[in-house]
Parts: sequence; structure tokens; C-alpha cells
Amino acid sequence: MKNTSSLWKFFSSVKLALFTLAFLAITSILGTVIPQKEPIEFYVNTYGPQTAAFFQVLDIPDMYSSWWFLGFLGILTANLVICSIDRFPSVWRQMTADYLDLPIERIYKNQLSATIESKKTLPETIQNLQQMLKDRGWKTVSRPRNDKMLLFSQKMPWSRSGVYLVHLSILVIFAGAGYGQLTGFKGSIMLPELQSSTVVYPFRGGQPIDLGFEIRCERFDIEFYPNTMPKEYRSKLTILENDTVVLQKDIVVNDPLKYRGITFYQSSYQGFRDFIFTIADQTGESTLFTGDFQKELTWAEKNIQFGIINLETVRDRVDRIKIWFNDGKGPPAEFWMDAAEEVQIHRPNMTYLFSAKQRYATGLQVAKDPGVWIVYLGCSLMLAGLYIAFFLSHRRIWVIVYHEDTTTIIDMKGTANKNKTAFAAQFEKLSGTLAKHM
Amino acid sequence: MDSSTLLGITTFTYLFSTILYAVFFLFKLNQLGKIATWFTLIALIIQTVGIGLRWYESYQLGIGRAPLTNMYESVVFFAWTIVALYLVLEWKYRIKVIGAFTLPLAFLAMAYASLSPEINRSITPLVPALQSNWLIVHVVTCFIGYAAFTVAAALGVMYLLKKRKIAKELDSTRGFLNSLPSLQILDSITHKMMIFGFIWLTAGIVTGAVWANSAWGTYWSWDPKETWSLITWFVYAITLHARFTRGWGGTRIAWLAIVGFAAVLFTYYGVNFLLSGLHSYGSS
Repeated sequence: MKNTSSLWKFFSSVKLALFTLAFLAITSILGTVIPQKEPIEFYVNTYGPQTAAFFQVLDIPDMYSSWWFLGFLGILTANLVICSIDRFPSVWRQMTADYLDLPIERIYKNQLSATIESKKTLPETIQNLQQMLKDRGWKTVSRPRNDKMLLFSQKMPWSRSGVYLVHLSILVIFAGAGYGQLTGFKGSIMLPELQSSTVVYPFRGGQPIDLGFEIRCERFDIEFYPNTMPKEYRSKLTILENDTVVLQKDIVVNDPLKYRGITFYQSSYQGFRDFIFTIADQTGESTLFTGDFQKELTWAEKNIQFGIINLETVRDRVDRIKIWFNDGKGPPAEFWMDAAEEVQIHRPNMTYLFSAKQRYATGLQVAKDPGVWIVYLGCSLMLAGLYIAFFLSHRRIWVIVYHEDTTTIIDMKGTANKNKTAFAAQFEKLSGTLAKHM
Repeated sequence: MDSSTLLGITTFTYLFSTILYAVFFLFKLNQLGKIATWFTLIALIIQTVGIGLRWYESYQLGIGRAPLTNMYESVVFFAWTIVALYLVLEWKYRIKVIGAFTLPLAFLAMAYASLSPEINRSITPLVPALQSNWLIVHVVTCFIGYAAFTVAAALGVMYLLKKRKIAKELDSTRGFLNSLPSLQILDSITHKMMIFGFIWLTAGIVTGAVWANSAWGTYWSWDPKETWSLITWFVYAITLHARFTRGWGGTRIAWLAIVGFAAVLFTYYGVNFLLSGLHSYGSS
């Protein structure tokens, strides 16, 4: 397929690839210096109204999905495709050619060369050579040429396709990214403990997305290192379908929950000023309350009143709380306790187990991306392609065997399309071994 | 003996290695070459033990994590990969002069890590985002790439020096620059280092993307670190294409090796200090 129209030439040129890559590299810097996806006011305040207006025209505030940036990615894609179509046929011919059919003069022009003489007969020499080459991983094919015998062997002709595999991998990655964009979504939700939701809110704005099931946050915990650095954010999540629990999992950062192609990632949290209380008396009866700070709560059946009258916080995390507790027997109890800890309250008639945990909301990132496996396939192809393109080479050896007077002459010729120095050493070693055994 | 002592010793042994290689190079003292190599190997072993010990110490502190998680540790590891890669190169090509240009970089990295007041050298625990098995894979792949590009840039500088010397004087048998390898060899090794670095950088970007996806649900979010790694990737992609298809070589490739290294430095270091983004935890 050799089309020589000027448009085809333009899109198949490496010059265009170099220019497009350079353009993308240089313009990409902009988006790392100018903060992205901020509200318009930010750009007006930071850069002045005129510059901000100019930014708007060129989509600078969201440059990586701007028309011109995507346009250049499109040019790069077209360039890749057309350049590969343009060049691949000749590479295919090199991979599949009949190298026994080459003119003898051309074979003799190969850089690597060795000559061996043998006292054995021609057929015996040929048989020996074939066997010895085969033993060393060079399986030969042969064909008589006039009064000479031509042997040929090659390794990894397919390695010539490595570059095209890399080009293909980029298209696969783009296809995966595009497919994910079209069929998936990215969103988030702030889910308070003990509450559930059937929708999430997309990052790009617009209508909430229906999940098709219900997700509930049972509990959220933060753990800290002794030096107050956060150690772990953990959410206990439940998936419900038609009010029936179908899945339960604790998620932490780097270990999300996946259900029906939708993945929930631990991403943030928010601390509220209300609490989840549990009280149990010695009869084993227990109950769960949620209530605000400084609000009196009542366990009516047991005639108990309680509440939080003071608290200490670190940012929005409640560290210690002061409890007021009255069961009508004797004066009310007042005491400090660590939030989220369980304590025993000793009363004249009864001992209670009591805990008050600050209520949190867990911030979840929610993603559905069916294209991600295509992207990963593309990444694997790219690494494999790069390895093939740079480290594997198409190596060829010709052996021409003929009679001259009473001796049999063996002329070896060889070439590699890459890593020539390494192959030269390999060739020398091989011809040396053959010479020794002839 | 604790890890900081060993890593402190490493700084000085790399300084001494630098001096050995420099004297070997400037005064053509061939006997010194062997000493320089062995000394550098011992320095690398000391550093390896130091890094291993720091890993062990983190377990003793109840933190238990690979020593690859903040600026101090990454600079130390950067120096380690530069020296390890250089020694492999020396063993393979038997050219010791390259040591005079790469060891100073390893020394500078170690000196910066050990002495800079803006770097925190204590063993701190991992924030939740970094608690992943991808951490080691991602950091190691990236740094092998960075080290290869560093050596390529050093070779680029050697090429330009040699070229200038050849252009300036006809009698090229005199002067210390004479002991530099031939232009052809320098060009060829520079190219090989860039290929090697390119594959590892690609692997580094891929492992980073996979990790980002498992932590945040997005394999690519154009955060400054990601974008700069891609810019760096573009620079080397351009270089390799220019060489393979347009036959670029010599001076142009030498300059591109240096430009690429500048992009590497900005990706690695500049982004953390000058720009904000998801990788900000690497800056302290």
C-alpha cells in the first residue's frame, strides 16, 4: 500500500512525530505551572481579568482535555497509524523473505565473514554443518545453487516488529482510555456513618449517578501513630440489594471495595459533632443512640438520662469527652473518657457498659472504568514491545559450501539488524567452533 | 553502628572515590584505576548495608517499611543506583574514565541528603496512601531509569568535552582530555544508557499508573509529577526516534542526553519543591 499523495506523506513522516511530541512536551508544562480545574474567579484574581479571559479561550484551566491538546493527541495517533501502515509492509517482507533466494553476491556483502576448509566430502560436510548448527540453536534450511550448496538459518525475524508493537500499544492505551470515558464514570460521595446511598455525585457535575444498589457506611475509624501522623483510615461498608445485605468489607486506602464493576476508594473523611452511643446494663440489654453534643438523651425503658457536656478536639477529631449520666439512683455521674473507648459506669444498683463514638462521614471516591484492563493490556504490550525493539535482533547466517580442487570450502556470512557488536562476538565464536570440528 | 553512621561514611567514601577517579583521569595513573574501582565497590557495599540497616531499624521502631519513602531515602537510593549502574558499566566496557564523571554526581546526591537542612532524615511511618506493595516496585523502576539517564548525561558531557578538544587542536595526543574514550564509543554508550533508561522509565510510569488506580481509582490524573514524567518520556522518545529514523548522533544526542537529564531532575526534585500535587509527601 504505497500511496504517495502529499497528505499521506505528511502524516507518515517522522518529522511530524518529532514535532508533535515536542509540542506536547512543551505545552504540557503549562498545566503543571498553572493550577488546573480551579473556579474562574481564581484565575481572575491570580492572573488578572485579561489573562484569565485569554486562558478561557484556550481552555488553559483544563488544558489536558482542551480541544487543541486533544487535537494534537489526535494528530499523534493519525501519525502513528499512517507511519506504521506506511512502513510495516517492507518490514513484513524482511520478516518473511526467502533468504535462500538472495543473489550470492549480496550474501557475500554481509559484514561478518569466516572461511573454513574441510577435507571431508561435500555431502558429509553439509550434513555435519547442519547437525552442528542445529545443536547450537541454528536450525538450517538449504538449497543447491549451481555447484554450491547454500544453508541459511535465522533467529527472531519477528523481533523486527517490536517498534510496531510499541506503536500499537499506544493506540490500545488510547482506545482503553476512550472506552472508559464513554462507558464509565468518576464520582464521589460523603457517606455519614449508619447512613446509606443509592447514588454518587460525578466529578464533572450534573445529575447524580444511580448505582443500581445501595451502599451503607457502618463505621469509620482513624488510627494515628504516636507522633500524630495518620496511620489508617478504615470504613466498614455494606452493599445492599433490595434491602438484603450482599457484601460487607472494610476498606482502607490502597484496598478498595469492588461490586458490579464499580469501585469504592477510601479518600477522605469528615468529623461531626454528634455521637453514636451504646449502653448495656448487666441484664445484657443494650441499645444504640445517635445524638448531638450537649443534648440530653433518654433511654426511656430504663429511665436513664445522659449526654456529653464537654469535649476536647484535635482539628475535627474529638479526642476526649465529658459525660453526664443519671439513672435516678444517687447523684448523677460526671467523668472524662477517651472518645471511642468503652467504659464501665458503676452506679449504686447497677454497672453499665458505655461508649460514645464521634460520628464521622467517610469520603469515598467512586469509579467505574471498564476500559482500565484495555489500558493495562496496552501498557504490557508497550513494555514487551520496547524490550523486543531494543534488545532482540533478527540474526541471519548463511553458509555456502562448495568444492575447490580437493578441499571443501565453507564460507560463513552473517548479519544482525541490531546489537551488532554482540552478534559479531557470537558469530566469531560459532565459526571458531565449526572450524575446530571440520 | 546505625544506618545514619554508615550512610554518613558513604558520603565520604564517595567523595574519596571521586578524587581517586579524578586523579586517575587527570594524571593518567593507570595503577590507580584498579584501586578506584575496588574502593567504590566497597563504598557501595557499605551503602547497601546502610540502606538494609535502615530498613531493619524501621521494624525495630515498630514502623516496618522499605527505606524508599521520603526525600532523604530516595536521594540515598538514587546515589546507590548511580554507583551500582556505573560499576556494571565499567565491568562491561572496561572504561574507568566514566567514573570521574559519574561518581561526583553520586557524591553530590549523598552530600545533599546528609547535609541539607531542608531534609528530614528521621525514619517516619507511612501515611495511608503509601501503604502498598506497589511502593517498592514503583520507586525501584523509576530510579533505575533516573540513574541510567544520569549516566547518559555524564557521557554526554564527556562527548562534548572530547569533541571540543578535537576541534581546538590538531595534536590530540596531548592533554588530559585525551584519555577520554573515542567519540564513537561515547556516543554508542550514551545511546545504550538512554534506551535502558527509557524502558525503566516506561515501567516506572506504568507501575505508578497501576498503583494510582488501586489507590484512587484513576490511573492518570495529570498531576504535576505524572505530567513531568510524561514530558521526560517525550524527550527521550524524541531522542530515540531522531536517532533511529533520522540518523542523529554525536553532538545533538549528547545535548539531548543533558536536556533529558534536566527533565529527569525536574520530575524528581523540582516538582516536589516547586509545584504541588499528589506526590507532595515525597518532599519532606
